[in-house]
Amino acid sequence: MHSIFAGVEAACRLIISLNPELRRIILLSLQVSGLALVVATLLGLPLGALLALRRVPGRGLIISLLNTGMGLPPVAVGLFLYLLLSRSGPLGFIGLLYTPAAMVLAQAILAFPIVASLSQTALAGVDPVIRQAAVTLGATPFQETLTVIREARYALGAALMAGLGRVMAEVGAILIVGGNIAGYTRVMTTTIALETDKGNFELAIALGIILLALSFSITVALRFFQRLGGPGTAVNP
Amino acid sequence: MSLELKISEIYKTYNGNPILRDCSFTFAAGRTYALQGPNGSGKSTLFRLLALLEPPDGGRVEYREDGRVLAHDLTLRRRFTLVLPGTGIFNATVWQNVAFGLQIRGFGKAAIRDRVEAALTAVGLATKKQQRAQELSSGETKRLGIARAMVINPEILMLDEPTANIDPANTAIIEEIILTMKRQRLATLLLITHDPAQAERLGDELLWLKNGKLITT
Repeated sequence: MHSIFAGVEAACRLIISLNPELRRIILLSLQVSGLALVVATLLGLPLGALLALRRVPGRGLIISLLNTGMGLPPVAVGLFLYLLLSRSGPLGFIGLLYTPAAMVLAQAILAFPIVASLSQTALAGVDPVIRQAAVTLGATPFQETLTVIREARYALGAALMAGLGRVMAEVGAILIVGGNIAGYTRVMTTTIALETDKGNFELAIALGIILLALSFSITVALRFFQRLGGPGTAVNP
Repeated sequence: MSLELKISEIYKTYNGNPILRDCSFTFAAGRTYALQGPNGSGKSTLFRLLALLEPPDGGRVEYREDGRVLAHDLTLRRRFTLVLPGTGIFNATVWQNVAFGLQIRGFGKAAIRDRVEAALTAVGLATKKQQRAQELSSGETKRLGIARAMVINPEILMLDEPTANIDPANTAIIEEIILTMKRQRLATLLLITHDPAQAERLGDELLWLKNGKLITT
């Protein structure tokens, strides 16, 4: 018990002093997860919109695959990506393994089905009369889609927060493809795992507190978006 | 204003049931038409076909100008509009709702401001422009739907039950708006109503839909 309190005390000191190593790890975590979310959004939102608003062959199957993808095991994704990116793998020539880019890719793969599936649900939930009203007022198909996206903006915000929540807390995939290299690919979750193994609890607890604070912020933001959207527009992460 | 709307031998079914059968008519520019008929007779369906929201199963919907049949493209679609019965008000302010049609047409800020103000004044909602549209009463929502359509100066304005389910005061306001537009003869007006007296008050010509057939007086 004493060691826990001592660890928390030392962790608080680390946080307050904004230890450079701690700062670097937090910054890289935010960069990797933020970029992964951007990639997942750039691919997932248009796919969600396409599935929700247009007639697409195999729509039901694609939605089922995306829903399945929401529960993808991170270690399996990490392993699959490792095999692709390793020197002997089909994409080994790119030299991405053990780089932050590989971590972004892994997290984007995990966030993509969440963003796409929840976006599809959010956009399909918009009253069809809204689309028709936009058309009758002279909207082009693109403007019509933008109108629906704007109507679902709060539920879409919640979808993005759900995607971010997933990748921020992820450890398995980025550990495999990032390699947890100090000063290069070490992020909060992988550092916590490593430092705990080493018995160095101060940094692990400090990062744990920050990660919890970030998760809490994401949850609060999620609730905020869901409340703004009102009944019927909320999506479950 | 010279846009003419002609339908020829329109046929439409839903789930195998014929809703509209052999409907033919020409809506002359500048006139006001009041369409009546029992629930489920196909009035809204006919308006949706006229607004090109869906195609007929048979027959033609033609927009004509100077004897030419116009292509069903965006340029044509932007010359008319339909105010749906469930108006489809956007989750935005009253002002943003009315500005929508102008913004998507690329109007400048000053023109948008002037035209939105004018449209909101015409329907008596100028004082509520900053309010969320969802906070309006059902009568005000109907008026907002009309303002949103008026602001784009459509050559043909279709109103699907513009006074359904609202109080007499709002009905009177909307009727006055329609009568003002009719007097100005800026647009061909087509409206659906269940009230024969209202049809008489507002329409130059009365139309009925009965058993899928369009009947004129």
